Amino acid sequence: MRPVIALSDGNCFYVSCERVFDPRLEGRPTVVLSSNDGNIIARSPEAKAIGLKMGDPYFKVRELCARERVAALSSNYVLYGDMSRRVNAVYERFAPEVVVYSIDESFLDFTGLADPVGHARALRATVRQWTGIPTCVGLGPTKTLAKVANHLAKRTPALDGVCDLSDPQVRAAALDDLPVGDVWGVGPAYAARLTAMGVTTAGQLRDLDPRQARAVLSVVGERLVLELRAQTCLSWDEVPAGRKGCAVTRSFGQPITDLDDLLQAVASFASRVGEKLRRNGVVAPRLSVFMHTNPFGAGPHHSASGAVTFLEATADSTELVAGARQAARQAWRDGYRYSKAGVLCEGLIPAGQVQASLLAAKDPGRSERLMAALDASNRRFGRGSVVIGATTGRTRWTQKAEWRTPRYTTRLDEVPVARA
Amino acid sequence: MRPVVIGLPLPLPLVGFRICCGFPSPADDWIEDAIDVSRLVVTNPAATFLWRASGDCMTPTILDGDYLVCDRSLAPVSGDVVVAVVDSEPTVKRLAYVAGRPALSHDNPLSPPFAPDPHSEISIWGVVAWSLRAHRPTR
Repeated sequence: MRPVIALSDGNCFYVSCERVFDPRLEGRPTVVLSSNDGNIIARSPEAKAIGLKMGDPYFKVRELCARERVAALSSNYVLYGDMSRRVNAVYERFAPEVVVYSIDESFLDFTGLADPVGHARALRATVRQWTGIPTCVGLGPTKTLAKVANHLAKRTPALDGVCDLSDPQVRAAALDDLPVGDVWGVGPAYAARLTAMGVTTAGQLRDLDPRQARAVLSVVGERLVLELRAQTCLSWDEVPAGRKGCAVTRSFGQPITDLDDLLQAVASFASRVGEKLRRNGVVAPRLSVFMHTNPFGAGPHHSASGAVTFLEATADSTELVAGARQAARQAWRDGYRYSKAGVLCEGLIPAGQVQASLLAAKDPGRSERLMAALDASNRRFGRGSVVIGATTGRTRWTQKAEWRTPRYTTRLDEVPVARA
Repeated sequence: MRPVVIGLPLPLPLVGFRICCGFPSPADDWIEDAIDVSRLVVTNPAATFLWRASGDCMTPTILDGDYLVCDRSLAPVSGDVVVAVVDSEPTVKRLAYVAGRPALSHDNPLSPPFAPDPHSEISIWGVVAWSLRAHRPTR
């Protein structure tokens, strides 16, 4: 059967989450700032219209924001995470298979439906009604083409949020019009290389000899060409490219100068990474930790990372925390003021495909039960209420978030108020 | 600070405690399940949100401080208590459809009638399926 893959994503997801609970933001230019209120990471259409860009450091646009009455909010990841979970719960009702790609994007299997476009419209309407989040849906025979379709659905208001590239002729015309840099997986470096070869549109990339694409862009390029030709390369349950890595990074409210403080911070990041891995059903074969001083600050600069490889790929927070502490010790140098650190896992693999190592003598059942209990307690009593031993203690590195909205959906004392 | 976890079980055992002194409780054979209050009030977790009421205009239906369990998947009909947004302000009201348009009113006969500007924008945020009130106030 001809596969039909849908990519559904939330429009300006973070801003949309904020607007569900604060209707006064409707129509007002709104931006969401990164951790520590550093850069713009989400913009409403009104904010785009007055020239605010993704990544703009807030201190540089502060005056423009004041003049234009822009609502600048600290990121409220607790809220966004909960809303994402709700949106995906609706997706589950519309498709037998849902693969979460990022906080606001999921792939859905629409294969075998009589009217995939009608189904996509019903999906959008239901997500909007139940959660308040507006979405766009792209349909295509491969993930890459679904992503292209989603891009067009967002960019073309006349499509009313749904774009279907299942028809070969429609698809061919759409790809011929699309700049090659807009194709999923073609970063600025690849785009420059392709342009130098005279490949400027997605259509030209599709028509490239796959072997040539492989020579220029490695196996990723070859896969892109084939996927644009409607040949499936990314299998359904394969963890998509962006999910092969998982990271938790933070800027610190105050620079860290004490190793113990840093170890606590990375331990808590590793715990969060563990939660993410478990939620996505993947395990990590290795983990790395990075830390650096403020590159624009006074004083000596230092940037370093350390890494550990696990005997057996894991999503167990106990092991991840131990690994993160070990990696952090490798990287740490006394006498520096570290302003940011992070924990990264790459090369993620589905939890079922792990080859058991003879050396890793542990009881996987026990670890799974422990982690399930940990996750359940943190859901029930609030994030961080139950933590792996090493993460407890002072929280001097807590980030700055001056304009964070209430955690409307997860805290009893922060639920929204309606006037009676 | 207590988090709200909508949709996860909150087990209230039917038999409050077991006897742990040597012989098994004869009641153990009859323990079948636990009553889960959240399952009673939350039928669609993805679409259910908790609000809190402030003010007296919906007395005696809704009192100041009541929790409102709002299910956005329910289609609003005349007679529902709803969270509505009137000119960007969230509010709890009684809903009636008049000539296909939503009209809102107060339940409290002592409150001034709800009379929005004719140009006011009214949208229904969600239907209040349940409200929760502590009859012995907790700290």
